[in-house]
Amino acid sequence: MAVTLQVNGATRTLDVPPRMTLADALRTQLSLTGTHLGCEHGVCGACTVLVDGAAVRSCLMLTVQAEGSSVTTVEGLSLPEGLTPLQQSFKKHHALQCGFCTPGMITTAHALLTHEANADEARVREVISGNLCRCTGYVPIIEAILDARAAYGAGET
Amino acid sequence: MKLPAFDYVAPASLSEALAALRNNEDAKVLSGGQSLMPMLAFRLLAPKLLVDLRHIGGLSDILIDGMGVHLGARVRWCDILEDDRLATAQPLLRAAIGHVAHYQIRNRGTVGGSLAHADPAAELPAIAVACDAVVEIAAASGTRRVPARDFFTGPMSTGLAEDEIIFALHFPPWPEGRRWGFREFSRRSGDFALAGIGLFFDMADRRNANSHIAVFGVGDAAARLPEAEAALDGAVLDVAAIAARTAEVSGDIHASAAYRRALIETMTERALADALARRDH
Repeated sequence: MAVTLQVNGATRTLDVPPRMTLADALRTQLSLTGTHLGCEHGVCGACTVLVDGAAVRSCLMLTVQAEGSSVTTVEGLSLPEGLTPLQQSFKKHHALQCGFCTPGMITTAHALLTHEANADEARVREVISGNLCRCTGYVPIIEAILDARAAYGAGET
Repeated sequence: MKLPAFDYVAPASLSEALAALRNNEDAKVLSGGQSLMPMLAFRLLAPKLLVDLRHIGGLSDILIDGMGVHLGARVRWCDILEDDRLATAQPLLRAAIGHVAHYQIRNRGTVGGSLAHADPAAELPAIAVACDAVVEIAAASGTRRVPARDFFTGPMSTGLAEDEIIFALHFPPWPEGRRWGFREFSRRSGDFALAGIGLFFDMADRRNANSHIAVFGVGDAAARLPEAEAALDGAVLDVAAIAARTAEVSGDIHASAAYRRALIETMTERALADALARRDH
């Protein structure tokens, strides 16, 4: 089926079978392999992307359901000239080790702070509870997200 | 694993969607997909056709009127959590939905999907049963209304026919002053509850009345607990507040009367909790 959608600001038309998840279409058809697939059944959060601004699990969405939507992947949250404030904060706080969960953490944290730049630690913990990380013990990730709030509050993102 | 192969349609109207279900064997409704997609990924289901409701209008509204709270089938969890009117119009529902899955899933999961999936540990079916909500179902012959307690027939089982679509969920009005509580226990935040309770009661002459208690996550489907409801009816649960208000109290250099009243309330609550904990089993 032909599906037209916006991906990281560009209009893309894909030809996909109905059963293809949005995650697989991003990775295999558009070579946007920053979106990671861990569990493929909605548990790990690694495949989180933004669909019309909301954080969703791209393994739990069919590509055909994204027709007409605007999708932002972790690649779309990066700058050619260097790190974004959120990425800088992850680096500063050592909020990644193997990096597998990081795209999902970045997309989820970006969605949260875009909508709730004043999110407190309890809220950050609650939102990140849907993203599994096997390396960091989460504390540095939470610190990085909390530290990035100022940049979102100041509109620097 | 990757999903089994299926065809996909996204009809523009409810009647077209009903026709698609009626005219195709093994067709399944797709709403938010947050339960259906994992079922497909595990290949517990292999439908021939998915009928997506995303283009059908009028399913995404939260209406609040004198008859209560009406949730369209495509209302998402995040819509419920972001609707401040529900803080007074249906606070039990709002509190329970805060426990549904995770942030990303709450952005896509829907009321109709949860009802149709009928997981015994899901929050919405439990609150629907607790509150005597009514499921409105669309069929080719018209709509029908089924009380939630009759709708859920077992684990992942409902009274929904294969060619029917859940249209809305209707909650009766929530009177001012109603007392309520919601608790669930899960090993990790966002996991399905190992046990959960949603309850409310009204106050009449300082006594509890109209008690509703629903338990979920422990059996085939959410269920009311009539014996516990009967025990709660007629009880005086604000006994600690009554004790604090009616005791003769004076203030002195060590503590004001108001502070001592607050202490009476707390001490009464703790002593009652101790007494209940010492009950014979």
